[in-house]
Parts: sequence; structure tokens; C-alpha cells
Amino acid sequence: MIEVTGIKEIIKPENLVYKKTKIMTDNTLSYCPGCGHGTAHRILAEVIDEEGLQSQTIGVSPVGCSVLLYNYLDVDIQQAAHGRAPAVATAIKRLLPDKFVFTYQGDGDLAAIGTAETIHACNRGENILIIFINNGIYGMTGGQMAPTTLPGMKSSTSPYGRDVKTMGNPLKMTDIVATLPGTYYVTRQSVHTPANVRKTKKAIRKAVQYQKLDKGACFIEIVSNCPSGWKMTPVQSNKWMEETMFPYYPLGDLKTPEE
Amino acid sequence: MTEEIIITGFGGQGVLSMGKIMAYSGVMQDMEVSWMPSYGPEMRGGTANVTVIISSERISSPIVRHFDTAIILNQQSLDKFESSIKPGGVLIYDSNGITRHPERKDIVVYRVDATEEAARMNSSKTFNMIVLGGFLKVKPLIKLENVIKGLKKSLPERYHNLIPMNEKALKRGIEIIQKV
Amino acid sequence: MKKELRLMKGNEAVAEAAIRAGADGYFGYPITPQSEILEYLMEANPAETTGMVVLQAESEVAAINMVYGGAACGKKVMTSSSSPGISLKQEGISYIAGAELPCLIVNVVRGGPGLGTIQPAQSDYFQSVKGGGHGDYHLIVLAPASVQEMADFVDLGFDLAFKYRNPVLILSDGAIGQMMEKVYLSQQKERSKVFPDWATTGKPATRERNIITSLDLDPNGMEMHNHKLQAKYNEIREKEVRYEEFQCEDAEYLLVAYGTSARVCQKAVQLLREKGLKVGLLRPVTLFPFPTKRINDLSGQVKGILSVEMSAGQMVEDVLLAVNGKVPVKHFGRMGGIVPTPEEVVENLKSKIIGG
Repeated sequence: MIEVTGIKEIIKPENLVYKKTKIMTDNTLSYCPGCGHGTAHRILAEVIDEEGLQSQTIGVSPVGCSVLLYNYLDVDIQQAAHGRAPAVATAIKRLLPDKFVFTYQGDGDLAAIGTAETIHACNRGENILIIFINNGIYGMTGGQMAPTTLPGMKSSTSPYGRDVKTMGNPLKMTDIVATLPGTYYVTRQSVHTPANVRKTKKAIRKAVQYQKLDKGACFIEIVSNCPSGWKMTPVQSNKWMEETMFPYYPLGDLKTPEE
Repeated sequence: MTEEIIITGFGGQGVLSMGKIMAYSGVMQDMEVSWMPSYGPEMRGGTANVTVIISSERISSPIVRHFDTAIILNQQSLDKFESSIKPGGVLIYDSNGITRHPERKDIVVYRVDATEEAARMNSSKTFNMIVLGGFLKVKPLIKLENVIKGLKKSLPERYHNLIPMNEKALKRGIEIIQKV
Repeated sequence: MKKELRLMKGNEAVAEAAIRAGADGYFGYPITPQSEILEYLMEANPAETTGMVVLQAESEVAAINMVYGGAACGKKVMTSSSSPGISLKQEGISYIAGAELPCLIVNVVRGGPGLGTIQPAQSDYFQSVKGGGHGDYHLIVLAPASVQEMADFVDLGFDLAFKYRNPVLILSDGAIGQMMEKVYLSQQKERSKVFPDWATTGKPATRERNIITSLDLDPNGMEMHNHKLQAKYNEIREKEVRYEEFQCEDAEYLLVAYGTSARVCQKAVQLLREKGLKVGLLRPVTLFPFPTKRINDLSGQVKGILSVEMSAGQMVEDVLLAVNGKVPVKHFGRMGGIVPTPEEVVENLKSKIIGG
């Protein structure tokens, strides 16, 4: 047990090696231990802070685990109906073209119920950033099969594993939107190691810059984990993600601006 | 004064635009007007009709089942609407394409051979203006000058060069309409 | 101020009035019989004049959610559709009502159920005034009976929407949408440059972040929010009732009808008066709030009431509640896209009320 004076010593400003960005609120995150959402929130918040965009940012939260995004980011946020975030963001950006507008959506929200909104916002070249957290499962409702659930993967609605013959195939939305002329920058990243966190943060920063150019939609998929839904420890889930998710959803840029 | 008119014929005969010009003319004459079209798929190739009401008072129902005047431009419309004319009302028809002539005795029937006349004038597009001219003769509610003003209002400017031809057609209609 | 006179379709009047009201955005999807609204706006291209955004969405669902996004920025935004499309929008409308966002929705009603018909009907009354989507909420519902009112209610609708932070519905129908009448158009208003303090416009250091949501996971919080909404609806019931009366002063019998039916009934009143029958017409202009009190007052004066609708009898339930058993109330309606004739109204008043 560390003595109280010891803690005070440690948290002296000159001893800090890591601190919470001011764009994150003091609210306790509702995410499960080991979940990638917290990290994804943090790097998004850091970019907003570092780019000085707090007063310029309007975010759109989805229905899903990150529905309460507005509790954690200290920026103006609209909570959208399930799957409709890209439509909501479309109007925000059209009406306030100078603002930085992003959506933050899970796989059920973006790739199932919101497929049309996603594809059409991208196809219209809406000048927004779509952040897509893909963990292959409906987390909030308790681990049901998602459009991105892998073949054979178990969930509460595919208890014997996803049978692609009767349940369809995992949908690679990122690959689809990359083919659309309306997208400008499309990439697939992860946040499960420090190196990957840095890469993802770099991708978000690029997207912020690109939005100023008015060139079209930027789309960042973050392949992530769901320890609770996958019924694994955080460490196991990251390993499983690397071994099973990444072969199906390989990391890297799918579309980069021609420079 | 309230005049309830139906214009009915094939889509493409200029039924709706004749009604529109009539309504615009009413506006030019400071009257109340309503123009209620049949709308939907039937417009494309099938029958089209429009109810035009011109009144000195606020118009109550824009949709009526009985008319002071029916302008009928094909056989189907004659079959359908002859019975909808108020007793003592007016029926104006173009005999082209009519196989069964009007039968009612309690209405006044006029014939305007507009199709034939338009062909003779070498301007088939002014067919509906010849008919409208006939109406003006029979029901002088609207002055010709206000119809010309109405035309100007309802036609996009790029078609204003066609107005003299339309005026000629209106006048021709006034001349050729005859009581049956 | 001199107003500009035009001959326009109801749908066109809505579109032109939206531009002139200084609307910031319109988000729509084609459906008969209201597509002229989107067509007119696309042709008018107000982006070049007032800066108004006009966008053809991929669906009615997307369109209403664009309205949500725009409204949450404090902008004057609207959408329009016809019955099947309005059904699709209901989820979004519920969110908008829950998040207390101002916006304007136009329903140019066609006959249903299902794909139904493209001809005019009034069978979306329940959906419009009793909620429509999930949850306890109300829209302010305006029922135009002329092309002039189609134009006027755009401005009025936006005013009420912002006054109460509540969605406003213009409940029209195919007849009023498609017909042309004279309309006096207002002068061009400038688009507002001021944002309401609740709008999401980017958080400056000087204020807390603005959150637009209809979610509260805490039931106590959610009940409080519902109480707040109900208090607002009660205030609207108290202050915003609008109706018009025709020859009700000495009426012994009363017709109640809105929109196109009210126009038909006006003619029926003329026909009945010519026959020496003292009949009046009450036309609700707001369907929510409903002119309950006025109808109750009139029920002390008349011998019977006929509610006339292009439906199987929906508004008649509100008339019955208003009358509360004082005098007989009957319904007469045509369905499936058929507009009743004045003569039919006359016959039904005679057979169901006067003769009965």
C-alpha cells in the first residue's frame, strides 16, 4: 500500500508521463474492461484537442455501446437513431460546413440497420468523418450476431456458430465504401497495441485535415474487441482478434488521396 | 357568379394547360379561381381532366361532381361526363374522334372543330386555344385580353414568341364555334 | 407590406413559402402526390439566393434524420412526404419530439392502408394527432384548407416549432397539394443568423457542451422529461387552438370538417342554407390542439353534429369527446381516395342527424 504522501509525489505535474486529455470528461466510462471503445474515444479526443477543434466539432453518436459517447467527450454531440448517424451528420455538415463533423458507429449500427445511410452519405461525398468500430458483435444488447460476425463465430443468436448458408456472410463495409467515388480516405486500423493506437490516431488526424479540403467522406474502420460478448479475457480477445479477425479484415489503407 | 368547368380528353391534348390558362386569365380579371387536376399515372397517355372554377366569391369546394360547362375532347370523356352537366349547362366538344354525339336535351351543346381547324392553320399545338376561344364565345366571363395576359403569365418566357399564334387560334375558336 | 400574387399548386406554395420563410434546409424523397415540393425547390435552387440547402435523400428515413441533424443545429429545417413515406419517418419524428427539436413536416395525405392510392385522403388523422411513432408525444398539427394556407402555415409552422421546441406537422392532402389557387406570398425573410442556446454548433469555452438526445436510462429522469413534455403539450392546448367558423351564429346543426372536407362542407352549408336549413361549419385549423372547448360550447346550441372526413371516422372520436354526449354526433366519410361531394354531405346530414 502506497502512503498518501507517496501518491501526491507521484501525481506531481513534473512526474506525469500520461494524462487524460481535456476533451475527455471526468465521467466514468461505461465500457467493459479491456474494450477498445475507451482507447478509440481517447485518441479521437486527443486529436480534437491537439488540433484545437473543440469549438468546431459536432459529433454524432449511434445506438449501441457508444450511445453515451456524449457523456465522455466534451464537445457538442447529437445522439442519432439506430443506423442514421450518417444522415444526421450529412445535414449538420451541409448546414454548418465550416465545422468538423464526425459519426462514431458500431457494426450493427453502420453495417446492418444503417447500411443505406452509410453507403449513400459516402456516395454523395459528404464531407464528414465516419468512425466505424467493428467488433463483430452487438455488444450493448448482449452479444447477438452482427453483420460483421465471422463465419462459424458464436454469438447469442448464432449459438452454433454463424452458418453463412442460412445467416449470410460477414459484410465488408469498408471495402464497399472504398469503391465509391464519394470517399476520399478509407482505412482499416485497430487500437489493441500502442503501435496500432498511434497509427489509428494518425489516421484520425489525417481525416481531420482532409475534411478541411472538402474532398469527400473519410472512413476509418477500427477492428476492435468485445471481451464480454466474445466471452474472453481482454488479453485473449486481443489475441483472438489478431488471429481470427485480422485475416478477414486486414489492417491498412484501402483508399488514400492521390497526392 | 360562379362557373364550374370540367375540361377532359386525352393526356397530351393540352387539357391541363388549357385549364391553367383559363385559371390564370381569371386571376388577371381579379376573380377567384381553382384548378384541380386528375393526377397520377392516368395522365400519361390515358384520359386527363381538370376542374376549373372561376368565381367572383371565395370558392368553397374545388371538387364538384356537377358542372356548368363541360369541355369534352374524346369519346371516353363524353361517355363519362355528359351526365355530369347541370341541367341548362353547356357542353362544348370537338367532333374529331367522337363516334356517338351528345344525347342530352336539357343542356346546350356546342361544337368546335378545333382539330380540323388547327390542321388547317398548320399549328396542331394551338388546338386547345381554338377550343378555349370557343368557350370564351359561349361563356364570356373572361375578356380575351385577360386570356392573353394569362398566357403570358403561364408560359415560360422562352415561349412568348408563340403568343401571337395562340391569339390567332383563340380568335379563330371564337369564330368557328357553333350551336348544335 | 405588398404581397406577391401567384397562381400555384399547394405543393409549389409550400416550397416557395419555405424559401421565403428563410428556411435553412429541406430534405425530401419523391412520392406522389407531393413530389412537386422537392422538384420546385430543386428548380428554384435557393442555395444560390438565400443559401437554403435542398437535398434529395436516399429514403424518407434518411430525410427525417437529416431533419433531426439540422434541427439540432438550431436551423429551420423541414421535410415533406405522403402517407407511406410519413409512416417511414415515424421513428425519426418520435426522436425529434423526444429531443424537443423544432422542425416542419408536411404530409400530403393519400389513401391507404399500405401502398393504397395516390388520390387524396384524410386517413392519417390518428397517426398525426395521437402520436404516430412510439412514446407519449404530440406534434402541433396544422390543417390547411387552401393553397394560401399551404403557404401561410409554413411560416406559422416554423414559428410554433421554435416557440415550443416541438415538431409541427402540416396535414394536407392530395387535393390541396395538387390544386392551383391564388396565393399571396410573403416577402423574403432573411435566414436567421442567431442560434438557439441549446443548439449543437460547436462548443465554445464559454458554455457547457450541448447534447441533443432523447435517451435517459434512468427511469426517474425519463419520467421527469415526460412530465416536462406533457406540461408543454398542455400549454399548447391552452394557447394555440385555431379554428374557423362558417355561419355558426344561428346554426341548429353543425358540420365539423378540416382541410379538403371543410371546403366540401362549406359548399354543403350553402346548399343547405338555400333550402332554409340552419347549418354551420366548424373547421379545426389546428388538429392538435383540437378545438375541444369551442365544439363543446356549440354542442349547447345545436341539435346534432356531423363530422365529415375522408376516412372511416377518426376525427369524429375527438368530436365525440368534445361533445361528451350532449347531442348526437355522427360520422360521414368517403375512403380510399374519394372526396365526398357537397350533395352527399347534404344527404348524410339529413339522414343521419336531421331526420334521425
